[in-house]
This record gives sequence, C-alpha cells and structure tokens, in this order.
Amino acid sequence: MDILLQQIINGLVQGSVYALVALGYTMVYGILGLINFAHGEVVMVGAMVALAVSGMLLAAGLPPLLVLLLALLVAMAVCMALGYAIERIAYRPLRNAPRLAPLITAIGVSIVLQNLAMIFWGREYHAFPQLLPGASHGFGGAIINDVQIIIIAVALLMMAGLLVLVHRTRLGRAMRAVAENPSAAALMGVDINTVISVTFMIGSALAAVAGLMVSANYGIVHYYMGFLLGLKAFTAAVLGGIGNLRGAMLGGVLLGLIESLGAGYIGDLSGGFFGSNYQDVFAFFALIAVLVFRPSGLLGERVAERA
Amino acid sequence: MNLKHKPLLAALAIALLLLPFATDAMLGRGWVRIADFALLYIMLALGLNIVVGYAGLLDLGYVAFFAVGAYNYALLSSPQFGLHWPFWVVLPLGALLACCFGVLLGAPTLKLRGDYLAIVTLGFGEIIRIFLNNLNAPVNITNGPQGISMIDPIRAGEFSMGGEHQLFGLAFPATHLHYYLFLLFTLLVIFVSRRLEGSRIGRAWMAIREDEVAAEAMGLNTRNIKLLAFAMGATFGGLSGGLFAGFQGFVSPESFSLMESIMILCMVVLGGMGNIGGVILGGVLLVLLPEALRNGAGPMQQALFGKTLVDPESLRMLMFGLALIAVMLLRPAGLWPSTQRRRELSPDEMISHQEQDTVYDNSK
Amino acid sequence: MTTANNPLLELAGVGKRFGGLAALSAVSLHIGRGEIYGLIGPNGAGKTTLFNVVTGLYQLDEGNFTFDGVAYSRCKPHVLAEAGIARTFQNIRLFANMTALENIMVGCHVRTRSGIWGALTRNAAARAEERAIAQRARELLRYVGIDRPHETLAKHLSYGEQRRLEIARALATEPKLLALDEPAAGMNATETGSLKTLLQTIRASGITVLLIEHDVKLIMGLCDRVTVLDYGRKIAEGVPEQVRRDPAVIAAYLGGEAA
Repeated sequence: MDILLQQIINGLVQGSVYALVALGYTMVYGILGLINFAHGEVVMVGAMVALAVSGMLLAAGLPPLLVLLLALLVAMAVCMALGYAIERIAYRPLRNAPRLAPLITAIGVSIVLQNLAMIFWGREYHAFPQLLPGASHGFGGAIINDVQIIIIAVALLMMAGLLVLVHRTRLGRAMRAVAENPSAAALMGVDINTVISVTFMIGSALAAVAGLMVSANYGIVHYYMGFLLGLKAFTAAVLGGIGNLRGAMLGGVLLGLIESLGAGYIGDLSGGFFGSNYQDVFAFFALIAVLVFRPSGLLGERVAERA
Repeated sequence: MNLKHKPLLAALAIALLLLPFATDAMLGRGWVRIADFALLYIMLALGLNIVVGYAGLLDLGYVAFFAVGAYNYALLSSPQFGLHWPFWVVLPLGALLACCFGVLLGAPTLKLRGDYLAIVTLGFGEIIRIFLNNLNAPVNITNGPQGISMIDPIRAGEFSMGGEHQLFGLAFPATHLHYYLFLLFTLLVIFVSRRLEGSRIGRAWMAIREDEVAAEAMGLNTRNIKLLAFAMGATFGGLSGGLFAGFQGFVSPESFSLMESIMILCMVVLGGMGNIGGVILGGVLLVLLPEALRNGAGPMQQALFGKTLVDPESLRMLMFGLALIAVMLLRPAGLWPSTQRRRELSPDEMISHQEQDTVYDNSK
Repeated sequence: MTTANNPLLELAGVGKRFGGLAALSAVSLHIGRGEIYGLIGPNGAGKTTLFNVVTGLYQLDEGNFTFDGVAYSRCKPHVLAEAGIARTFQNIRLFANMTALENIMVGCHVRTRSGIWGALTRNAAARAEERAIAQRARELLRYVGIDRPHETLAKHLSYGEQRRLEIARALATEPKLLALDEPAAGMNATETGSLKTLLQTIRASGITVLLIEHDVKLIMGLCDRVTVLDYGRKIAEGVPEQVRRDPAVIAAYLGGEAA
C-alpha cells in the first residue's frame, strides 16, 4: 500500500513538470498549429541559466531562498527572450509556408540550442545546488520532501494563473480569438503578431519554471535533459487533446502517474519478464491506446470535418 | 524518359560508376563508405517520401522499419542464434516483415488527424527501440544495448561482399562492392517510386494529401490507400535496414533513435517533398554536409585561432542546425520542389492565383 | 415526371443531431429517377447536413435511407460513391495542387481497378486503363466547358471553372445521383445560365440531380420538385410554383411572424 502511495506521489511530481511543459506545446499548437520541437530545449536552457545564476549568487553569499527566487526570475526572463527570438527568427517568416517547413526549422532550432548548450556548459552532468531545506515527511507510509511539495504547489498555482489569464483577461480573449480564426481576429483589430509573441513568451516562462523544478528535484542538469522531457510533455499534450489547456494539465499529470505506476508494477504484472526499464514504453502505449479510442485526445474537441 | 536527356543520363551513369575510384583518388579513402551510407539514406528518404510526400502522412517514427529490417537480418544471419540464412532469403523477409509492421501500426492509427498521427508514429518508433534495447533479459533475443555483431556479410555462393575482390584487373574493396550493390537497389527504389507516382495509386495518394474529405467523397477508400502508402514506405525501410546490417556487420539500438527518423524527414522536406530528385538531393546533402563540416570544423579553428576552442563535434552539429533553419527560411518548399509546386509560383499565373486564395480560405 | 413507386433515393425519418442541436429531424423525402430535385431553405436549415448524411460523411442518428433499392444507414463515403452518389462541395474542395485532368482522373478511381502490380509493371491492362480514363477526363473537361491546358493546376482555374471542374470530377465517378451543393454560388448571370444548360444536359443523359441552391430563379427554372427545410425540418415539398406560395415557406424566409 505504501509503495502504491509512493508511486502516486512520484507520479504527481513528475506529472506536474510534464504538465507545465505540455502547456507550452499546447498553447503554441493551439494558435499556430505547429509542433514547437524546440520547446524541450527551452526547458533545458531555463535549467542551465538557473544553475549558472544560483552558482554565482551562492558564491556571493546570498541566502538560498533568495537565490532560488532570483534564479527563477532570471531563468524566466532569459527563456521568454529566447521564446520570442525563436518565434521571430524561425517560425514567423514561415507562417504561410508549406506545413512541414516550420517543423524542420523547429528541429534546426532544437539542434542549435542543444549544441550551444554543449559548447557553453560541456557534456558533463552538473550538480544542481540544494536551495531548499529538502526535509522529508512521512505521509501514510510514503515519503514526500519539501521540494516535491513545492513543485506540486507551484505547478497548480501556475496552471490556475494561466487559466485566469486565458479566460478572464483581454489578452486571453485575444489569444483565444487568434486560436479560433487568425484572419477574423485580425479583422477585429487583434494584433496577431503580438498575441503570438506573448504566447511564446508565456510558454517559455512556464518552461523555465519546469526546468528549475526538474533540476531541483533530481539535483542534476544536463545539456540533453530537454529532449526526452520535451518529448514526454508533447506526448502529454496530445494525450489530453492538443490545443486544450486543461487537456495538457490532465495529460501531464496522467502521464506522470502512468509512468510511475507502470514502472512500479510492471515487473509483478508480467511475472518478471518486463522490468522498470520499460518505463518509457508505457507513455507511448498509453498514448496509442487513448488515441485509438479517442482520436482527439481525452479532452480534445471532436473536430468534425465540415464539408 | 525524355530523349533530350539521354547524353546527360549517360554522363551521370558513368560518373556514378566511377565515383568510388574517383573519391579514392581525389578525396582519400573513407569517402566511399560515406557514399554507401548516402545511398542507404536515399533509399530511406525515398521510402518516407511515399508516406510524407505523396500521401501527406507525417511519420516521425520511420526509423522503426529500418530497425525491423536490420534486426531481422542480424538475428537470422549471425552467431546470435547460430542461424546463417542466405541474404536473398533474409533481405526480402526483412522487407516483408517491415511491411507487416507498417500495416500493424497503420491499421488502428491511420484515422488520426495529421499531428496526432505524427506523435503516434514517434511513439511507435520509440517503443521498437526500447524493446530492442531491453530484450536481452530474461531471454536474450536482441543482446540489448550491446547490439548484435559478427553479422554475416552479404554473399552469393562463394562470393562474399565482406572482403576485397579482384575483378577486371581492379581491386574492389568491400566498400566499393557495397556501393555498386546499394546503387542497384537505389535505382530499384527510384524505379518503383516513379512508377507508383504516375499511377492510379499515386494519384489517389496525392488526392488524399490534398483533401482527404473530398477524396473520400469521390469514392477513394482512404483507409486502405493510406495503409498501402504506409506499407510501401515500410517495405523500403525494411529493405535498407537489411542492407545496412549486412554492410555494417553490427547493429545496435543506438542506430535507430528518434534523431534518425528526424534526419530522414529532414532529407525529404529539405530536398523537396514529393519530388524524387529533390529527395535524393536532400539525402546526399544531409549525409555529406555533416561530413564536410567534420573535416572543416576542427582545422578551421586551428587556422583561425591557432587552437581548438570549441568541441568540433558540437560546432559541426551547430552549423548543421543553422543550415537547416537557413535553407527552410530561404526555400520553404525545399531545395528542389516538385514541378507542381514550382508551377504554383510561376509569374504568369500569379493573378489567378491571388484571386483563388479567397476561395480556398473559406474551405479551411 | 415523378416516379414515386421506384424512387432512386428515399429518406425515411432521417435525424441528425450535434450535441443538443437537432440539425435534421424526421426528414422524409423521395427523389425519382431522372428528376432535378431542389433543396432550399434559410442558412443553417440543415441542407448541407442532409448532403453529408446521404454521402456518408455524417452517420445519421435516426431513420434510414435507401439508394437504388438498397439501405445505406451506416456507410463510409466511398461505399456510397461506389453505389452511385457523387457530390460537390459548398466551399470548393478540389485537389488544389493537382492538374485539372488529374482531378477528374481521381474521380475515375472508383470505376477502375489497376493496383500496385499494374503500377509497377505498367502491363497492357494498366496502360489501357490509364489511356481510357485520360481520354474520359479530357471529354469531361470539354463536357463541362473548361477550355484550358489540361495541366493547369486546379487552383489556377477561375472560380466558375473550379465549380465546373468539381462537377466534372463528380461525373467521373459515373454517378446515378449527382448532388450539387450551391453550384451557382458566386457566379454571375452568364455563368449561371451556362450552368443551367449544363445541368439540363446532365439530366438528359440519365443522371438524377439533387441541388442545394439559393438562387430562386435557377431553382424555379430548373427543378421538377423542391423540398424546403427550416431548422432541420421539412416544411414544404412540391413543384416550385406551389412551394413558392406556401405560407410556411414565406414565413421561414421572412422571419417567422407571418405564420
């Protein structure tokens, strides 16, 4: 029983991270219909910047909590600038190009960011400093530490904030309008370019938060960390129904749980044939299974093709 | 083929036949091997072109079929199970098996909309790779991450392509022999692609790419036709996988990562989706460019700064990424787009083109 | 003119809902062989939904329909196309980046057979088939009055030509019933006139025509019978002159209070 609870906690933590990253994918997809392949690398850049900033500030003798806050703010700012630049350089010129052209530039951006990170920070794994007390709490036979609690709390806060932004503000209304029909929105006086830029910046800011979370949770930063994380988060976004904010959150959390429970129990279920090294397979099997039965994801609207 | 092009084609044929010896003499040894890989990638890219370029289905896990062909060869023709089946059995079997996998994946998923299909195929590719990586315990099938080595070379009777042969008074090392074999298979794949493109089936693929609903309403059984595209593409993938295994003598899951699928997709899109010439160009460039950068990145730094400042491997990939972005920004339809797309942009039709935009906007 | 005892298409109590909205409810009608049958009604009345149901793009929720004596309640579009229903779309849906000729040849797909083997070997049968459909496609281009190089891309045709190319593509499937969704929309008077002639020629060749149209003059001058839909229900049916004077129809078009 305590193992089950532990796996659920681990799944929720991982799922919160997926959810934050998935939001970035889903927002961009919702507005541009584009798989922003470079988004995972933005997460990595966020983590790297946070690492560099916290290293410097800790050396300067600032208290860890302040360091954490500053590192987060700097990482968010850098990622927002990065997200803005990516959209301006690699996507905007291709807005009316064949559908796959921006996908290739996205892949190009991803390769560039990965290798820039490798050039700046090297190939090795970096240890992320412990900025939070990290005390562990017993919880019904399972263990949860402060970092994990904060991850879940911050993720919930961010998601709530985003929903308010999208559904309750003028900017959010403009975003939804552009997602629905860009040319009509433009005719109604919405500045599409600004809305798209802002969307990229919000997604990138969330990515920075997610990057810091993963690094704090595992204590490790690596130039390649964004790739698989991005892939999983994108999977989560599709699982929930891409383009749908609540779907991305649900998909992220669900994917975290599936992976964690799958990894914990697959050995027993398959009589020891499959080990936890099949963890990554679950995500994709779950995805295929869901899409076969619900072709637009869990919360995706059924897009009835209008004739 | 057009008669006007005959001398050109003859020159091209001679150039291709002499290529291995020419690169040996001019660029040094090692380039024939690169040419061999270029041919393998061209076959893969042409296979993916059927799926993406003709039928318009975005497949991000294409390398899975390459893996199926390669591991099929590796398992049936190596000391792993002590099986040493001849390549003329194993190679078609691999293509057939890959075709079956294509149908297996396609049947439940081809009803999905564009990008949903992309992520499902991506997941499928990863699933195959993870299985290859882990099927070494408790029963050892794939030998896990170590991969399978000592795979039998491609051989016919006494003639093994694993070693050097004297023919017509010339020495043909293994890389040269494979070059000619791969060239032959590439020509076969080109032939099949061309024939399909100009057929009733090819037209049906393109109709589905253009407008699936309209295609369905015109009586096309879209599911079966898409499945056919998937199966054909997978068959080519399986074929080149078998050739790859026989050539390398070694396969491991590392060769079948997502990055490979993405590379093959880049070849198709960058070269010019749906145009055989463009896809070949894309394949050649994306194999040659990293190699050229490999040879350029290190020495250039030496010359400029007197020392190696930046890891040449990173610099090479960095420039590669920048090149991908630059090419797509400059030529969004690819370096050598299909004639139809080119006609789209011809100036004399621009007026009616603009006029039509409004009509098509409504239907989106 | 009507052949009610042996109709080509017969709808019985057809209903289709989207969520809570009944796009069609209890629509029954029959279309006789050789008729030109009009379907009119205000915007959002369910005309296109009805088209989508009988061409298999939507699955109906209630009732059933028979075509040529066979029941097709739940069928894929390609099955219905093969059975002999061909259609055009309200917003033109040609294969934009294929040539005019290729568009029509795709229409021939359902009546041809050559597969992978024929494509690879280009054997005598496959070559003969290709020649035959290319010939047929050229004839159809002439038939609908498109006088352009055959390799012109569909998207480069003029608007009226695109509408007619869609009709040619539909005719290539050798239909018994040709369903046209607002074929005259956006056409000027001359174009509408030649469209009318074309439709009459098509009917004379033995093909039944089902027509959604807003152009009242075209409907009155062309259709043998019409059905009027409003809010998914059939509110009137009959010969055009009689329907035109129907108070329910006038009310539907004028906004309800007249009823």
